[in-house]
Formats: sequence, C-alpha cells, structure tokens
Amino acid sequence: MKRLRTKKHAVVLNRSVGGDTAITIALIIFGCFMFLPVYYLIITAFKPIGEMFLTPPNFYIIKPTFQNFIDLFASMTSTWVPISRYIFNTIFISLGATIGCLVIGSLAAYSISKVRFPGANTVFQLIVYSLMISSTVTGIAHFIIFVGLNWLNTYTISIVPVWASTLGLYLMKNFIDANIADDMIEAARIDGCSEFRIYLTIVMPLVKPAWLTLMITVFQQVWGAGASNYVYSDNLKTFDDAINSIISASGTQGAGAAATVLMMSVPITVFVISQSKIIETYGSSGMKD
Amino acid sequence: MSDNTAAIQDTQTTEPESGSNKTISRWQYTKREMKRKWPGYVMVAPFLLMFAAFTILPVVLSFLLSFTHFNMLEWPEFCLMDNYIRLFLEDDLFLTAFQNTLIFALTTGPLSYILSFLLAWFINELSPKIRSVVTLIFYGPSISSSAYLVWKLIFQGDIYGLANGWLMKLGIASQPTVFLQHVDYIMPICIIVSIWTSLGTAFLSFIAGLQGVRKELYEAGAVDGIKNRWQELWYITLPQMKNILMFGAVLSITAAFGFGGIVDALCGNPSTDYVAWTLQHHMADYMNTRFEVGYASCISIVLFVLMFGSNILIKNALSKVGK
Repeated sequence: MKRLRTKKHAVVLNRSVGGDTAITIALIIFGCFMFLPVYYLIITAFKPIGEMFLTPPNFYIIKPTFQNFIDLFASMTSTWVPISRYIFNTIFISLGATIGCLVIGSLAAYSISKVRFPGANTVFQLIVYSLMISSTVTGIAHFIIFVGLNWLNTYTISIVPVWASTLGLYLMKNFIDANIADDMIEAARIDGCSEFRIYLTIVMPLVKPAWLTLMITVFQQVWGAGASNYVYSDNLKTFDDAINSIISASGTQGAGAAATVLMMSVPITVFVISQSKIIETYGSSGMKD
Repeated sequence: MSDNTAAIQDTQTTEPESGSNKTISRWQYTKREMKRKWPGYVMVAPFLLMFAAFTILPVVLSFLLSFTHFNMLEWPEFCLMDNYIRLFLEDDLFLTAFQNTLIFALTTGPLSYILSFLLAWFINELSPKIRSVVTLIFYGPSISSSAYLVWKLIFQGDIYGLANGWLMKLGIASQPTVFLQHVDYIMPICIIVSIWTSLGTAFLSFIAGLQGVRKELYEAGAVDGIKNRWQELWYITLPQMKNILMFGAVLSITAAFGFGGIVDALCGNPSTDYVAWTLQHHMADYMNTRFEVGYASCISIVLFVLMFGSNILIKNALSKVGK
C-alpha cells in the first residue's frame, strides 16, 4: 500500500513533494516580478541624490535619507492653491462618493435580493451587463450630459457619477443572497416590520463585510482617479492631481518616488486592515449564467 | 371519523372558490405583486435613476451621435453611416488603434486571468498569515494608484536607468537604449506593466472562491481515485468555482479592453510612431482635440461592441464547460 504523507499529524492527500517544490519556485519567481519594482520604488524614495546617479543603480541604500520627502513637502507648501485645500477636496470627494454609493447601492441590493419585486431579475441582469463595459465607453456622452446639467467645473462631477458604479452593488447583492436567510426576513414581515426597517435594522448589521468592501472599492477608485477631467480650476482638484503636477514641475526622481510611495501607502494600509473582510465578501461574487 | 375526513375534504374543495385563492392570470398576479411590493421600487429607484443617467443614457446617446456630424456647437447633423465608412475605410490610424487594442486585449486579458487563477491556487494552501502577506504582494500593484511609474525608472533611457545600467555592466549592450521611445520595445513593456497591475479584483475573488470549496469534496475525491493535485484541480476545484471564474473573466476582459492610461504615463501621448495607439487614444484625440464628437462616439461604439461582444462570447463559452 502507498504510504501517506502527513503534516502536523494530519494526512495530506494528493500532494507530491515535487509538486510542492515546483509551486514554491513558481511563487518565488512571480513574487519577485511583482515585488521587486515596488521595492525599487521604495528604496529610490529614500536614496540620497548622490546614490541616484550610480551606474548600475544599487539595490540597497548606503546612506538612507528623508531628504526626498522633505523636498516634496517643501514644494507642497509653495503650491498656488494651499495643499490643505487639495487634501480637503480629496477627503470631501471620497466621502461624498463613498457614502452616496453605499446608501444607494445597499438599498438597491436589498431590494433586488430580498423584496424581489417583479422586474428585479431584469434590473440585476442590467447590472451584470454593466460590468462588461468600462468607463471609457461612456466618457464621451458623460461630457455632453455634464454640459447639459451645467455641472462642468464643480464638485458634483467628481462625486455623483460614481454613485452609478455597479461593482459594489453587485457584490453586496450576492453577499445578501448568500448570507441572509429568507426565513428571517419572512418572519420579520409577518411580525409587521416594514421593508425599510428590515433593511436598516436586520439586514444591514449582518452584511458589514460587504459594506466595508463596497466602501473600499469606491474609495480606491476615487483616490486613484483624482478629480474628473472636466474639472478645470485648481481649487476643486484633488491631492492626487496636486502631487502629479508637483512631480512634473520639480522633476527630481527622488521626490517623484517619494510622492508615489506616499500616494500608494494609503490604499495599501486600508487593504491590510480590511483584507479578511474583503476576501470574505468576494467569496460570494460568483456569476450565475 | 368518516365525518371528520369528509369535513376536511369539504374545506379543501371549497377553498379555491373562496376569495383570495382564486386562480388568476399571470398578468393580474404580476400587477398584484407590484402593488404589494411597492417599497422595493422605492428602494431601487435612486440607483436606477443614477444608472439610467450615467450608464444607459451615455450608451444610447453615443449610439445616436455616432450617426451624426456633431461639434458641440451646432445641432447634430444626421449623416447615416458616414462616420463608420470613414472609420473603417479611410482612417489608417484607426486601423492601427483597432489592431493595437486587440493585441493588448488578447495578450493582457487571458494572461492576467490565467495568472490570477494560478497564483491564487498556488497560495491557497499556505498558512493564513503567510497567505495574507503574499496576497498583499500580488494585489498591491493594482491598488497603489500610480506605482507603475516605477517602470519608468527601471526602463529609463539614459545610463542611470536600472535596465540600461545592468545591461551595460554585464556587457550585453554597449550603449543605453531609449526603451520607452523605441518602436520595438514600447508594446512589450506596456503589456508587461499592464500585467503587473492587473492582479486585482479577479485575483481576490479567486482566492475567496478557492477558500470556499469544501474540504470534504477533496477527501471524497481522494477516496474515489483522484491521484494528484492536477486531477483534483480539474475534476473538483474548477467545477466548484465555475461562477467565480465567470465573474473573474468578465472583469479581466473589461479591464483588458479599457487599456491605455499606462501607455500615456510611460511612453507619452502619442507614443513614438503611434505604435501603442489604442482606440481609447483615438477617441480622446477626436473628442478633446478635434471636437468631432460624432466621430468619437462612433469609435466608442466600436469599443462598446468589442467589450460587450467578447464578454458575451466568453460567458457563453464558459457556461458550456462541464455540461
């Protein structure tokens, strides 16, 4: 009889040592491909100017320095619009977009998933189809619509269109489907609870991971995208835009790398904190045919 | 006893006739359901309003405008298929853009999809702590907004760039190559960078999906004669994850066709000799520089058909797997 492999006193089924090694090697190779550029970016941000111009560049730093960050902050204070305004704009736009998306999306998700009004399936089908096109397609007509609504150069333009995004809503609907039993909702209905109250007091507290995922999805989208292309005045632009113009104006490699590290640290931190909840939500993201 | 059963039978036969349980037509039933579930409509209304205004209306508007000459100042002038004829027969740059978009989509789409799945599968059996670190390493580039700018440092055109520096040190090249302006290197570099940033939402949902496959199935499979991990993958894991694979496919395809921002950031707009010119660039050019909105809408409809069409095709193909 074949001998069984064991690991910590449990039998390991169908796992050969050779396969494990091959997979580990593949993981290391891809890990390097993914991580080394990030590592290089981070060390560039901490390199003093003298080490920046070595050929070939080092993969380590001899004298790490914060000078690049100091330079970056110095050029931040000299922007035409105070940097605090850009930071305020980023927070305002992110909050507005996220809260709007959360309220609109969760109401719709509950309604489609549990009220099941006639036509709910059609609405959900539309949402699935909308995942199949990207914002590139709708960009042109968006401009015409913004002109029609007289929204050019306002905060609204960076906030309201995000409310129509469907990925978060799709995830939340599936999460409610998978995690909330119909019987519970039915019991509440028989007890005379209104649909809105079921949504608010029963369903929402139970789908917190989905809330968090929706919030983070929208936040990442807004944080990375900056203000809309159709915002022209600088008082309405975001931190991302400000950083980009500082990089192109000052032009030093180190300050650029420092700015990029600063910008990426926020979404990464958010993800590290919320990773397990997000993955839990994606567990029910499957698309039925 | 017999009285009792008779009584029950009696109520059963009389019930359908008494009021509420009368058989009604399908249309009447729907109407009644609509009346009874009116809060549902109220709750979904804000979303539908937004969705109609910013997703459905734009697509319809682009479609209508694609049959007109329109410059944002004068009223659109109807011109039948002029734009489409011009696009496919007279516009050489469009054909370049079309070809490049297809090349990008056909390379980055499948590659990032397969890579997302394989990596998710590889890390599935690591211990939870290590897995979350590795997940961060793979997922990180896709969420860290402009981190791909680091590739600009790596492929920098002078001797201080990482690639040039090492190539010269090792004696492979004698002088620096301006990678990001060189016709031969722009496309491959953009594809590599786009794969680097593409392990996103699909990757996370694959990780979640793999975690969700029940362990008993693997044990049952081992009893039933599955010999190695590849058979296990093919006969148990993949069928179990079908729905999530579908979701990942849709996201990957959509992302692959919406490719373009990376080219601008790395190689400038336009890239040398238009080698990495995509439909997105072509559209932005006609929209923002030339104000030929009708023509730009026409391009956006081509892009729409490409995205939507390939999504539906893949979705149908995937739904046949295992049937």
